Amino acid sequence: MKKITKILFGSIAALSLAVPAFAEKIVMEGSTTVLPIAQTAAEVYMQKNPSADISVRGGGSGVGIASIIDGNCDIANSSRPIKESELDKAVTNGKDIKAHVVAMDGIAVIVNSGNPVNALTKAQVKDIYTGKISNWNQLGGNNEKVVVISRDTSSGTFEAFGELALNKEKVRPDAIMQASNQAIATTVVRTPGAIGYVGLGFLSADIKAVSVDGIAPSRETVLSGKFPYSRPLFMYTNGEPKGLAKEVIDFIKSPEGQRLVEKDGFVGLK
Amino acid sequence: MNVNKFKERSIEWIFAVVAFASLVFLVGIVIVLFKEGLPILTKIRLFDFIFGEFWYPTYDPAEFGIFPLILGSFIVSVGAMFICVPLGIGSALYLNEIASQQQKAILKPLVEILASVPSIVYGFFAMAVLSPFVQNLLHLPIGLCAFTASLILGIMATPTVCSIAEDALSYVPRSFREASFAVGATRWQTLIKVVIPAAGSGISTAIILGMSRAIGETMTVLMAAGGAAMIPRSFFEPVRPMTAAIAAEMGEAPVGSDHYSALFAIALILFFITFIFNIIAEIISRRFRIKLGLAG
Repeated sequence: MKKITKILFGSIAALSLAVPAFAEKIVMEGSTTVLPIAQTAAEVYMQKNPSADISVRGGGSGVGIASIIDGNCDIANSSRPIKESELDKAVTNGKDIKAHVVAMDGIAVIVNSGNPVNALTKAQVKDIYTGKISNWNQLGGNNEKVVVISRDTSSGTFEAFGELALNKEKVRPDAIMQASNQAIATTVVRTPGAIGYVGLGFLSADIKAVSVDGIAPSRETVLSGKFPYSRPLFMYTNGEPKGLAKEVIDFIKSPEGQRLVEKDGFVGLK
Repeated sequence: MNVNKFKERSIEWIFAVVAFASLVFLVGIVIVLFKEGLPILTKIRLFDFIFGEFWYPTYDPAEFGIFPLILGSFIVSVGAMFICVPLGIGSALYLNEIASQQQKAILKPLVEILASVPSIVYGFFAMAVLSPFVQNLLHLPIGLCAFTASLILGIMATPTVCSIAEDALSYVPRSFREASFAVGATRWQTLIKVVIPAAGSGISTAIILGMSRAIGETMTVLMAAGGAAMIPRSFFEPVRPMTAAIAAEMGEAPVGSDHYSALFAIALILFFITFIFNIIAEIISRRFRIKLGLAG
């Protein structure tokens, strides 16, 4: 009896090791802006194809790109283009990084819904974030300290904002760092004097997006290029994508996938 | 030689290896910290690194001044002391001197449970509940500041201080107290003038280890302290302690880059600070044991 039990357990163990090998598994990692797109696509795709296993993580564009260069993920989500230094590192590691644009996005500047200020100019946004303006009364608002909220350095949104809005100047040192788009949105909702920046997909009824140079952030203004802080959203793969990774990216780029992208609040590719 | 003797020796060997393993890990960590952290000092002088005012590691040209980070750690830890010392030592005194067996049986486990709550839960609580509360109560521009972080760190460090202080108090021999009562001192006088001074070194150890815990705490300060890498002008401004800086930026610093090396250098400095604290605590506690005649 004992010997049979051992054989039984052994074969069950062996089988359980084999089963995961049949399901294909990929890991997507990186931008918290692209995260909702990746998550929705993964969910819908896995519903249609139960044998697929797609794992989606955040961490920021920088983290995702570092991860794919180290070979720790299959698709790196990024809300900014890959840097020269990262491309060099990829080559040294024997990785050939290919870019796929999956959606367009706008970076909306948001304030608390109780804030009377509705419009800012590009120059004002820059001055707020670089430290030259510190009180809302300098912008036509209340006599209140501007609580500047930003992202940490691993964020693609941070890098894109730095390039599009700040001309690569340094963000003021007393800016509060949050770890994701959602965290900025939540903090702005709770803090009357706050200003922050999030991807279009994170706008909600509780926060107010100000117009920049008279242009409000919306699907139309991002597509037409009128909104000054528009940017493409990327997914990077090592070499041309194959297997499940290829199917997921093709799915996102397909009409059905693009409908999901728009539903999440982003702008589809046209 | 027989099999039994061989078994004995091999078991001794296994235990020895396991015991020395922690030494190996410690030495290994120190070596890696030095190896990865020293390169940044070829790019910037140690003095400029430690006392530099601006931390902008990803810009071009990058600035690697960690003084705001060190001050951030320092401020939240000292602030935490103001909470965990009275609470911790007070609880220890109550548990040791005044609580009945019944009360002790309930309270002591409760304090231990406070110690076992994961730090991320504390951090989440601080960010979601404590911070808006502080913001509204004190009319601050934002509740994520050194004050909130100190508050929650103080609560986290209290069980540490309480356990060690309580142990220290229980080591004071009964004969001390009995002698004091014999000469007519009241309970309060005995407590203040005999028991606490006798347990003094143990209590100092408790405080130092509590501070050590507060300085090393990462998740909580990452979520609650605000993250502004600036020299704070008041206790109610956001700060970025060293631990939070490392946690936030390590994920994307390219391996081998200046940023990477600078983060390791911060870790090295943090390691030294807690190392020194632990050595001081050890020295004090050793003197304490000798003083009480418990042999060194």
